Amino acid sequence: MQDATSDERLRPGAGEELVFDATPTLAHKPTHYCPGCHHGIAHRLVSEVLDELGLAERAILVASVGCSAFSYDYFNVDAVESPHGRACAVATGIRRARPESIVFTYQGDGDMAAIGLAESVHAANRGENITAVFINNTVYGMTGGQMAPTTLLGQKTTTTPLGRHLLGEGGPIHMSEIMGGLAGVAYAERCALDSVKHIRQAKKALRTAFSCQMQGLGFSFVELLAGCPTNWHLDPLKANRRISEEMIPVFPLGVFRDVREERKQSEVQA
Amino acid sequence: MNDGRILIKGNEAVAYGALDAGCRCYFGYPITPQNEIPEAMSRLLPENGGQFVQAESELAASAMLLGAGSCGIPAMTSSSSCGIALMQESLSYMAGSQIPGVIVNMMRGGPGLGDIGPSQGDYFQAVKGGGNGDHRNFVLAPSTAQECYDFMFRAFRLAFTFANPVMVLGDAIVAQIKEGVRRQPPADALTADGYAALSAPWRLEGYGKRGPGAGPRLLKSVYLAEGALAERNVLLMRKYEAMRAHVAWEEWQCEDAELIVVAFGSVARIARSAVRQLREQGCRVGLFRPVTLFPFPEAALRRVARDRRLLVMEQNTGQMVEDVRLALDVLARRSTVSWHGIMPGMFIGADDLVDPILTALRED
Repeated sequence: MQDATSDERLRPGAGEELVFDATPTLAHKPTHYCPGCHHGIAHRLVSEVLDELGLAERAILVASVGCSAFSYDYFNVDAVESPHGRACAVATGIRRARPESIVFTYQGDGDMAAIGLAESVHAANRGENITAVFINNTVYGMTGGQMAPTTLLGQKTTTTPLGRHLLGEGGPIHMSEIMGGLAGVAYAERCALDSVKHIRQAKKALRTAFSCQMQGLGFSFVELLAGCPTNWHLDPLKANRRISEEMIPVFPLGVFRDVREERKQSEVQA
Repeated sequence: MNDGRILIKGNEAVAYGALDAGCRCYFGYPITPQNEIPEAMSRLLPENGGQFVQAESELAASAMLLGAGSCGIPAMTSSSSCGIALMQESLSYMAGSQIPGVIVNMMRGGPGLGDIGPSQGDYFQAVKGGGNGDHRNFVLAPSTAQECYDFMFRAFRLAFTFANPVMVLGDAIVAQIKEGVRRQPPADALTADGYAALSAPWRLEGYGKRGPGAGPRLLKSVYLAEGALAERNVLLMRKYEAMRAHVAWEEWQCEDAELIVVAFGSVARIARSAVRQLREQGCRVGLFRPVTLFPFPEAALRRVARDRRLLVMEQNTGQMVEDVRLALDVLARRSTVSWHGIMPGMFIGADDLVDPILTALRED
């Protein structure tokens, strides 16, 4: 693979110190994502974790449908495209067929919490030994900003022009809380990508999630509150502020399930 | 039985056939009349180091099949008519992404929830693609429990030969009939190594398994760049054309026949009894039975039919008859193709087919 780490001109010379390096599993090319979009950060965090844990060479990505449909262009790992919403079912098939592989899905809110809610909840409930990375930005991005299952009450989207109304349009679905209540889940945490502090915590959560899979403890889940400046009609900084001020109060950050210790003691097999 | 045969249902024969053919994963959702397949697989696969998952829906089951197939592992699902309709989503993706998998459809009556009786109402759903876009499934139609066993070997081999979904199309009669079955794998049955060799150029496994310097692989059906999808569809079209080399059919008593009955699956075996009865009465009738429904045995049918009269018998409101008429180019050749439908859900015997055959034979 051609990457920046192998380019001699980019390596530190005499008297220079390397303080920030490229991530081999993250492809070194411009993405199709909009300016200020948080998919880039999420991709980098997942790639760093795969590299640090040495998992990339046996990893298989299940890509979803939405803005992240082409996520496989940016992860240097084996990948398969899934029908809309079925990523956790596809991942189930892969992990069952190749138990030695590391399987993860990367899904948006429409994919996981609307059309794919059944597949996500049941894979989690069966304790499938896979990791689901869930990007919650409260809108359908790729199709142009329609209402998502996670859209906040009162939020205007292209299909809720008057703002989302509870009765008739529903309230924001809390996936981490749902996952937290399912017996097959080993680990579920909600993080945010609006600040350096939260980004660091998100990486820690992803590391924990993939570690669970390595140990065969069951389904692991990380929700990332992410910004969509384009469809929110905000500049990137204001989009970050919206996460802090409007999303986090509705979607509290934290760990919703962590049964790592009990599982290890009971020696549950994957 | 002391001749080496075991007395089992068609559904159980499917399960034994799949296991003996090297199937490693089964994904399915309960639906009548095929429940003995998942029930048998839930026991047989774990006993033999395989995986069984009862999915939350047919949507999920077929997506799991896509996942397992993408890894180059022989896997299958089974369902019936309305459940198969839900699976069409993943079947289209699998065809587009060139991912193998075996799907058993034990048809029930339709449309909608229909009934649980015998039916051949999914002929179109099976042979015309069924899902969105231009895709085709290879379709095999067993008519006995023994064929349910034997065809599973062909199904898995074809799925891996073409990296495409293969459908085994039976119905409530084939599924539920209990017959003596010889559990004898064919001499050319693929081994795990055989499947691995066929999937080596494309399967997902993590690039580390492919040695130093290997790049990542991607299986997908989306092609947005100008001309890319056209190129993909031309490639798939050529593959569907290449499937013709594996076309299969059966001819019985056709040599001197004035009228040939064309039927598949359970109707074909009942029609055989009717033809036998009529032969005993001195009527010159024969049977042509397509074994593969896609590819359809067009050339063989043209050769057998010549200028003789044909009677298509099928348990639906008229589906395979369209392919028979297309195969014979009826307007150009002035062949006579009449049709006798049996409504889905009805249980028929040979006597029910004798009169329609006689009527067609005596028509001018």
